[in-house]
Amino acid sequence: MQYLFYLFAAISVISALFVVAARSPVNSVIALIVCFLSIAGHYILLNAQFLAAVHIIVYTGAIMVLFLFVIMLLNLNKQVEPRKSVVTRIAAVAAGGLFLLTLLGAVKDGIGLARPDEYDMAVGLVASVGNSLFTTFLVPFEISSVLFLSAIIGAVTLGKRDKADVNPVAP
Amino acid sequence: MNEVITAIRAVPLEHYVVLSLILFSIGMAGVLFRRNTIILLMCIELMFNSVNLLLTAFSAHHGDPGGQVFVFFIMLVAAAEVTVGLAILVMMKRNVDSIDINQINRLRG
Repeated sequence: MQYLFYLFAAISVISALFVVAARSPVNSVIALIVCFLSIAGHYILLNAQFLAAVHIIVYTGAIMVLFLFVIMLLNLNKQVEPRKSVVTRIAAVAAGGLFLLTLLGAVKDGIGLARPDEYDMAVGLVASVGNSLFTTFLVPFEISSVLFLSAIIGAVTLGKRDKADVNPVAP
Repeated sequence: MNEVITAIRAVPLEHYVVLSLILFSIGMAGVLFRRNTIILLMCIELMFNSVNLLLTAFSAHHGDPGGQVFVFFIMLVAAAEVTVGLAILVMMKRNVDSIDINQINRLRG
């Protein structure tokens, strides 16, 4: 079982590096989809079946398709991206590496765990997550629908052309 | 039923922490590294997912469903964020005919 973890971990890290390194945005999207699928594999290894399904449906199925549609509709794939200067790129890699070192130093002493006898076996199954979602977290769940409504209205308002742009010669 | 917890704990929690930190650092370095705004949005998604993975790992190892509900909420917020972010990107492409992040440094309408 733990070999699967290291396999999925290697796939995630390599495809994440490819997201940053790829020249074409479509290649970045494909690499990010591979990364998300391997993260869904991690969820299944952690017995989080509900999250694995939702992750594949929401991220791989909806969000990444949205990215691909924007790239296709705006024809961004042909655009030659000007690269940042060498100093900025070296500074970016150094900042990422130092950030990683700082966080690793913060967790190097280990993390405590609950005892196995007080462990709830149903955690991660649909019934457990749904029960928690509709009892303890009911109010945030309802408020998130308002957030979605505002996001929809905001996206429509931002994406709509002004009337002056559409028909500039009209009186 | 005890083989579930044995299978989950075959991989130590620290390894999940290290994997999440590596993914988060790659996302952060990518935000600093690239100029293409759509790749910047993808790197933000990568950072979201590393945090999601860490919350799920802690939730599964501690037997607490609250962490997984929180991951569900993060997914909702990420979907809303991507919707608005891509709408802003479309508007940016239409107004300045570029998605280079360095073009958007003037802070004026």
